[in-house]
Amino acid sequence: MKVYFDNNATTPLHPEVKKEMIAAMEMFGNPSSMHAFGREARANVEDARRKVAHFIGANEKEIIFVGSGSEANNTVLSLFVCGSSQCIPGSKMRSSIITTKIEHPCVLETSECLGHRGVRVKYLNVDKYGKIDLDQLAGLLGDDVGLVSVMMANNEIGTIQDIETIAKMVHERGALMHTDAVQAVGKLPVDVRSLGVDFLTMSAHKIYGPKGIGALFVKKGVPYCPLIRGGHQELGRRAGTENTLGILGLGKAVEMRAFEMPEEEERLLELKHILRNGIEERIDDIHFNGHPTDSLASTLNVSFTGVEGEAILLYLDIEGIAVSTGSACASGSLDPSHVLLATGVDAELAHGSIRFSMGRESSREEVDYLLDVLPRIIERIRNMSTAYIKGGLHAASR
Amino acid sequence: MLQAGEWAYSETLKEHFMNPKNILQGENTDEFDGVGMEGNLQCGDQMMVVIKVDKEKEVITDCQWKTYGCASAIASTSILSEMVKGRTLDQAFHISPKEVAQALGGLPDHKIHCSVLGDKALRAAINNYYIRNGQEDKVKKEQAKVICQCMSITDHDIEDAVLEGARSYFELQERTKLGTVCGQCKDEAEVLLEKFKHIHFGV
Repeated sequence: MKVYFDNNATTPLHPEVKKEMIAAMEMFGNPSSMHAFGREARANVEDARRKVAHFIGANEKEIIFVGSGSEANNTVLSLFVCGSSQCIPGSKMRSSIITTKIEHPCVLETSECLGHRGVRVKYLNVDKYGKIDLDQLAGLLGDDVGLVSVMMANNEIGTIQDIETIAKMVHERGALMHTDAVQAVGKLPVDVRSLGVDFLTMSAHKIYGPKGIGALFVKKGVPYCPLIRGGHQELGRRAGTENTLGILGLGKAVEMRAFEMPEEEERLLELKHILRNGIEERIDDIHFNGHPTDSLASTLNVSFTGVEGEAILLYLDIEGIAVSTGSACASGSLDPSHVLLATGVDAELAHGSIRFSMGRESSREEVDYLLDVLPRIIERIRNMSTAYIKGGLHAASR
Repeated sequence: MLQAGEWAYSETLKEHFMNPKNILQGENTDEFDGVGMEGNLQCGDQMMVVIKVDKEKEVITDCQWKTYGCASAIASTSILSEMVKGRTLDQAFHISPKEVAQALGGLPDHKIHCSVLGDKALRAAINNYYIRNGQEDKVKKEQAKVICQCMSITDHDIEDAVLEGARSYFELQERTKLGTVCGQCKDEAEVLLEKFKHIHFGV
C-alpha cells in the first residue's frame, strides 16, 4: 500500500487541474502580445486572477502572480529596505519589523538579511502549542515598527494564529500586516478583508495546483516595491513573462478548493482524530506537538521518545508510507526543527518528531494501515535505542 | 520520465538498516568485557558499543551495540560490529570511519558525521577493557591539540567541521571561527583540513 502523508510538503495535482493544464499546453502566446495568440493567453491569465481574487475576497488588481510562496514572502520583507519615495510615497518606512520564531525559513533568513542591512528585526515567542504571545506583541509594537509578518498556519505543527486580532493590534499602531498563508489558503476559509491584512502569501502546489506558481495579495494603496524589475507584467509589480500554465493551474486549483474544502475539513478532522487516538492507544511515551484545537485538520505532529526521526521516516518509507520529520539528520543540518524548539520541547523530542499531513486523497484505510505499521517500527527502533526508557517521557541517559 | 531514485544510501547500507546485526538485547552489559558510550541526545545521536574479548589473544570475540541515531548510524554500527569480530584490540582500534563508509558502499557527505559515532564508541569500549584489566598504559587517549589559540579551536573541532561539510579554509572559518582574530594558525589549520578531507573523504 502506498500512503502519502506529506501533503504539507506538496500535494498531487487535482485531476481537474491536470485536465485544465493539459488542455492549455497548446496555448503558448505571450499575454503581453496584442495579437490573437497573446489575447488568448491574456484572457486566461485574467480569468485565473479573478478566481484567485474571488477565493480570498480580494480585488483582481490586488493579486500579483509570483514564482513561489518564498518569492512572495521575500518581496514583502524586501520592500522594507527600499528608500525610494516612488515606492514608499510620503515618508520613509519605519526602521523595525516584527516576525515570529516559527516562520518558514524564507521569512527567517530574509529577516536576518534585512538585519544586516539596517532593519531592526524582533522575533515573537510562541507558547507550548505554537501560539504567538500577544502580550509580547503589544509590548514590541512601538512607533518604530513598520511591518509585522505572522504565519497564518504553521507548516510543521499546524497551529493556526488569530490573524484578525493580530492585524487589528498592528494597525492600531500604524504598522502594516503580512501573513504567510501558504498552509492556510485552501485549507481554511481565508478572506483578506475580514482578516484585515495588507499582504498575504499563497502558493498553488500546497492545494493540488502546480509547483512554481504562487500569488501575493497586496492591498490597494499600501507601499510596494518590486523584487523582480524590468517588465510591465503584473502592472509593473513583478517582471517576467507570466507562467501562463501555472497561473491557469492555480486558478483551477482554487476553484476546486471552493467546492471541496468545506466538507473535506470535517472528514480530515475525523481522520486526524482516529490517527491521534490510535497512536495514543498503541504507543507509549509520545508527545503531541501543536495546538489541540486551533490547528490544521490535516496535520498531526508527534514526538516519540528514544527514537530518532530519520530512522522512523525511512522504516515507514520501506512500508510505502511517506511522512516528514523535524530531526536534524533528515535535513542535512545539525539542528532539529526550529519550530519545535520554539515551542519549548527539548532537542531530543524535536529529533524524534514525525509530521503526518493528510490531504484530499487520504482515506480511513490509509490511517488504519499506518496505525498497523507504526507501533512495530517504533518498538523496533526503541529496542535498539540507548535512549528509550519506558515510562520516562524525557529519557535522560547521559 | 525517471522512476523514484534509490535512497541517498547504498543497498548494503539499506540492508544493514533494515536488518541490523548484533543489537544488544536488554540493558544488562555485565557479561561484556568493555563498554563504550559516545554522543548525546541533544545532538540527535548517541551510541553504545560493548565487546567480549579473548584475553589470551586480545581478540574481539563479540561486539554488540545500541544507538539513538539515524539510518547511517544504525547501518554503520551494524557493519562495524561484524567487521571487528576476530580482530585484535589494536587492529579494531584503528578501524577508520572511511573503512566503515567503504564497507557500506559509500555515504553521503553530510552523513559521515552520523557514522563516526560507532567507531568512537568502539574505541571507548576498547579503552574501557584496558582499564578494567589493569592495562591503563595501553589506553589510547585522543588528546585534543589547540590549533587556534585565540578562539580555542582544537584539531578535533577541525575534524568535526570537515565531517560536517567544511571543504575550504573559508568554510572552516565559517563553522569554527578559527583564525578570525590573529590568523597565525592558518597554515597549520590548512594542513589539518587537507588531512581530514583525505582521511574521511579520500580527496
